[in-house]
Formats: sequence, structure tokens, C-alpha cells
Amino acid sequence: MSSFGSLDDPAATFVLAGARIVDPSTDEDAIRDLAVVDGQLVEPATAPADAARFEGRGLVVGAGLCDLHVHLREPGMERAETIESGARAAAHGGFTTVCAMPNTDPPLDEPARVAMVLDRARNRACRVRVIAAATRGREGERITEVGELAGMGIAGVSDDGSVVASARVARGLLAYLAPLGLPLIEHAEDPALSAGSVMRAGETATRLGLAGWPPSAELSMVERDIALAQETGGWVHITHLSTAGGLDAIRRAKQGGIRVTCDVTPHHLALTDAWVAGWRGFAWDEPTGVAADPFGAPLDALLAYDPACRVNPPLASRADALALLAGVADGTIDAIATDHAPHPRERKGVEFGAAAPGMIGLETALSLGLAAVEAGRLQLPRLLEALATRPAKLIGEVRTLQPGSVADLVVFDPAARWRVEASGLASASSNTPLLGMELPGVVRMTVAGGRITYREGLGAGG
Amino acid sequence: MLDVANGHTTRHRSTTGGVVVSWPDSDAPAATGWPHRHLLDVDQLTRDELEGCLDLAVEMRERRLRRETLDLLRGEVVGLAFCEPSTRTRVSFELAAEALGAQVVELPIDVSSVTKGESLVDTLRTLERTGVTTVILRHSMSGAPYLAARSVPVRIVNAGDGSHAHPTQALLDALTLRDALGSLDGRKIAIVGDIGHSRVARSNLHALTSLGATIWLAGPPAWVRGFEAWPGVHVADRLEDALADADAVMTLRIQLEREAGGGVPSLREYTARWGLDADRLAVAQTGAPVLHPGPTNEGVEITADLAASERSLIGTQVVNGVAMRMAVLALLAQ
Repeated sequence: MSSFGSLDDPAATFVLAGARIVDPSTDEDAIRDLAVVDGQLVEPATAPADAARFEGRGLVVGAGLCDLHVHLREPGMERAETIESGARAAAHGGFTTVCAMPNTDPPLDEPARVAMVLDRARNRACRVRVIAAATRGREGERITEVGELAGMGIAGVSDDGSVVASARVARGLLAYLAPLGLPLIEHAEDPALSAGSVMRAGETATRLGLAGWPPSAELSMVERDIALAQETGGWVHITHLSTAGGLDAIRRAKQGGIRVTCDVTPHHLALTDAWVAGWRGFAWDEPTGVAADPFGAPLDALLAYDPACRVNPPLASRADALALLAGVADGTIDAIATDHAPHPRERKGVEFGAAAPGMIGLETALSLGLAAVEAGRLQLPRLLEALATRPAKLIGEVRTLQPGSVADLVVFDPAARWRVEASGLASASSNTPLLGMELPGVVRMTVAGGRITYREGLGAGG
Repeated sequence: MLDVANGHTTRHRSTTGGVVVSWPDSDAPAATGWPHRHLLDVDQLTRDELEGCLDLAVEMRERRLRRETLDLLRGEVVGLAFCEPSTRTRVSFELAAEALGAQVVELPIDVSSVTKGESLVDTLRTLERTGVTTVILRHSMSGAPYLAARSVPVRIVNAGDGSHAHPTQALLDALTLRDALGSLDGRKIAIVGDIGHSRVARSNLHALTSLGATIWLAGPPAWVRGFEAWPGVHVADRLEDALADADAVMTLRIQLEREAGGGVPSLREYTARWGLDADRLAVAQTGAPVLHPGPTNEGVEITADLAASERSLIGTQVVNGVAMRMAVLALLAQ
């Protein structure tokens, strides 16, 4: 039985015996007991004798996951998701913080609207931080009142869904944000190059007769923003990076000391554009069928053109996905962020080109990361650093598993398998092409701010 | 094979690519050899199945010439769902379905709402409940027939989806070429024009390469880019390279609205560099036939003289279209 909690529940007290503790903040990776008393991590020896004891053998404890990019759809699109359902999806996926993007209806482009969302987000199943719109109405012209918004604790500003198309406005924003210590979070897509396109340009798009957007649509904006960050001293964060070229540009910029950070989604790491043609293997798997023979292999009538695979930026080529995985492994990519984008059935049960772009990701992110770990593409500590420690640090939060800190953690069974089914998801939407697939990694407990926000199948232990 | 001479009077069956079609004047049992419920593209067909389709179309053509009554589709209701303007393909399917004894209904589809992606599945579900058993679907968006096939329990015949596929056009082109050339094995076929936006070209690449031909593409770079990697396909930098020693040449309709956006500077320049005329065809095999899926922009992609010459198979394509669609409908109804 699974159960959800919230941030105003009583603080937790328990002992987890013999789990593998992976704490990138101290480079700890050891099997030991972990004790929480009144929401605080303590030395296990000091835990009261009557504290609940759970068996931790075979389980991993990581710091609470932190998602820099989610769409909670409230206000305005509550059929797709609400703050409550999105927060539960987060807790189910092991997240203790999510950053909500401002492209709601109306958009979060003024302090009162940000305050409303923060108010509605209190005492849910995870912390909700707000990313405010970069420009009024997300129209790319007048910047929002960033100074006042900064005082409300926003995590950054973004016109996500669109790039800040005017270089002049983006430059002004970066300069204005620099002393506030907040990032401009950029959806790097040149609209002139991507116009009309519904997937990534390449062999699969050519086969399917779908207009593809070229990688240069991302690269040109990444390079523009790097130049603007260098000139202004501002901090630009490229979200949902999807190309090897963009990654190379960021790697060079970081080496040059420019203030640029970035995240990548789990689906751009694990899935490829061949999914649009109906292939269902991971980027690191040996291509077969239409992935190996993009022009000749027959399309699978049940899986080809699945609108669940329509996402922006589009699913990448295999070479891009493997380069991005290497970018996570070597630390060039700071964070894995889901771009959790719920859509109701009526916006997805349509022709591929008419479907709303986006897929949900909060409840499958850890599992896709663990699949990459199983495949030898990532080390577990690096995965957990990218899902928790580094993104938390970018938004001013701390993640550590050492005694003396507030308990903020995820307990999961990396070897257990689960089948992705709509009925098993806490999200109000189920738009993911992973439906029906079996993935590794089952979250057993999520603890946010010392409160148990999700728990499933943890057994009593000795 | 069918004993054509005895058409009406003897029991017989015809074998097409391992598939047995029972004729109404035969008391042979109904055959079940055709493994496909839908025709979404020709990529799903093996070479034997492709050849079988062509063989059956030849037979349909002959029976139609003899004005035989065929009622292989008696009791079937064929719905024409054309969510994009079309005349010749729609009429061709309508004639084919009626020639086989089906009841044909034209589905009242509001083109403007369907192209917005609002109601395809809903419309098709309604029609299925009213008794339509086969839907002939034309749609402006690539992949729409796949959505239809997995959402609604009717047979779907793709009559053209976006830039993706036009399988019956490719089959009738293959038939036309096979009739003209004897066999496609080892033949060089040139296709000229806007390949990138062409569903006709894509389905022809599948069909013609599967039947053993090698394809040479020519056109403005923006319209041919990306096809070099297609097995059996070459992209020529110059039209002459595509036409040299070609056994047949197919040119495609230039969509005037796609001139914008960097594809080609002007129609005048397109015609100057890629327009087909008799002089340019001199480098091809002697008498190499010319095809065009229609409707032609005469004087743009092909001169009126060439289109009307005896090398032109444009009229044959239209005749073959009805026979080929009869064959497809008959096979799917097995």
C-alpha cells in the first residue's frame, strides 16, 4: 500500500537499517544505518529504542530529488494537473522540490500571481518553488518586476515554451538579474529555424514526412545567450538541452569561466527520435528495427506517430542522446530536470502534428536514470548528484545525508521493476510513451523537510 | 493464374503473391491469405505482396474493360473521408469501390476543423457506428491514418497523408512502370522535383526499390536533402546526372505555396534548372517514358508538349489508378 503525506505532517522518526547511503555532498557511498528523529538526521546510536525500524537491505538512500523544470498547470489548466496532483507525482518520483514554470493561464508574470501559486503550494507533498515569467505576458518585450519577485524567493525567470527572442531584451534581463543572483532560464529554440517543425530533423523525420527542426535552432540560441552572459556577467541557465552541439558550446563556455549552467531531461537522455517511428529501445541499446533501418523497416501501425512522443525540444538523435549522457557523466550538464508537461487526452489523442508538445516525467525520471546506470552509462552517485545535489545548490537549497541536517531524502529499490500504467501514476495526466514499459527502480519512501511525503512497501526490519 | 478466357463460366481462383482471391462467379472458398487489415503505406508489403497487388490490378483492368460486374465488396460500406481537397484520387476510389459492388458514402468532413486536429477520431468513430467498414482517408497531416487505424475498428486505406505516404499512387505507378519496362529489376528511375514534401515520392521509393529499381532524385537542395541515406536511392547534384540512362522519369507537382522560405528562388528558375522537356530527356534511355501523378503545372515541372507526347504515361496512370484501387479494396476485404 502506498500513502502520501504533506509538508505539515508531524516530523518523522524512524531508523532505516543497512541501506546504501549515497551522498554526493560528502562523496559518501557506504552501507550503514540511517536515523531520523523529529525530522532531523541523527547518529543512529542516539535514536530512541521505540523508533520505527525499517529494513534497508538492497535499498539506496539519496538526497531528496530536485526538479528545476516542471509544469504544474495551475492556474488555468487544472484538467491536466494541479499543484496538488503534481506535488504528489513529485513525491512518488522521489522529488522533494520542484520548480514550477510560469506558462500557466494567466502566466506568472507579476508578484500577485506568483504569491497566489506559492500560497496554493504550501503544505503539499513537496516544496514548490516558482520560476517567474521573464517578460510580461511571456511576450518577450517588457521584463517582469524581477526585483520584487526575487524578494519572494523565486528560483529564476523564464519564458519557457519560448526563448526570449529579442537578443536586446535577453541582454537587458541578464544584466538586471546579475546582482540579484538569479538565472535567466532559457528554452533555447530559434523560432525561425523551428517554425512548423514537429520533430528533430534527421533520417526518421525524412522517412515519416514530418518537418524536422535542425540542431542549429538550439545551438544558435545557446551561443547567443553565452555571448550575452559573458558580456553582462549575468547567469544564463539553458534548460532541456537536446543537442551535442549545444553541449559543446556550454562546455567551452564553462571552461572560459562564463556563468552558464544547464539541465537535460530524462527523455532526451534515454529516448531517441526513432521513438516517433515506433521504436521502443533506449538510446544506449543496440538499434534494431526502424532505429537500425530508418528507411526500410516497416512502421509499426500501433506505435508509429505516437503523439506521446511529440515534445519540445524534440527527441534527439541517438548520437545526441549519447553525447548528453556523457555530458551528465562528466559533469558538464549540471542537472537532470524533467520538463514534466502534463496534457489531457484531448490534446494528445490527435494527429502527431496537432498534438500538444510535452510528456510527463516526474514519476519516471529516477527510473530512466537507473536504467542508464544499469547500462553502464552513468555512475549512481553522479546520477543522484544530477537529480538532487547540484540542482538544489543552483536554487539555494542544501542536500546532505549527514547527521545534524534536516532529513530530505529518497529511499528506493534500484533493482525492483515496475510497469508504467496510467492507474499507477499520481499525476492527473498520463501522456508518456513509457506507458506499458517495465522500468527499474521503485521509490519506497520520500522525506521532504523531515516529513514523510510518500511511502510504499517498506518492511519492518531488525 | 486465372483463366481469363473462361472468365464467367468456369470455377477459378487467382493467386496473387501467395494470396488467393475468390471471384464471385467461383464457388471456391473465400481466401484468407492477405495478412494486412489496412493499407497505410507500401512499406508493410513484401515484394511478393507488391507483385501480387500489381497482378490483381492487371486482372481488374481487364475485367473492367470487359464491363464485367464484380461484387467482391457486396455488403461493404466504403466511406470516403477526404480531409483535404482532392478530385482525382477521390473519384478513382469511388469508381473502384462501386465497380466492386460496395456502397459508397462520402463523409461530410469539415476540412477546416479536421486540419486543426480536432475531430478525426471522433468523426471516424461516429461513422463506424453507422456501418462504414472501410475508410479511404486523405489527410493533410503525416501519420493521420495510423491514428485512425489504432483508434477506430474499421479498415483504413491511406489515400495520402501529409508528406508521408500515398500507397495506392505508388502501386499504380509501379504497375505503369512494370507494364512499360517489363520488369523493374535493375532499372534506373529518376524522380524530379519537391521530394521532401511529396508523399508520392516517399511511397514510390519504398515500392520501386522493393521491386528492384534504383532511384535517382533531382531537385533544389532543400527539397532532396536527407534522402541520400535511403538504401537504393541516389541524390543527383545536377538534373542531367539523374536523367542519364534513366529507364523512366517521374516528375512531381510543384506546390506553388512552397516556393517561399528558401526552397527555390522562383518558379522561373525552377523550370530553368529542373523542368522536363524533350531536349533534357535526350540523355535518358531512348524512348524512356515520363510519369506525373497529376495534376500537372504544364510549363513548370513539365512542358505541355512532353506531357502530351507518346512518351507520357500520365493517362495510363489514371486508368491504372482505378484498377489498382479495385485490387487493393478486394485484397483488404478478403
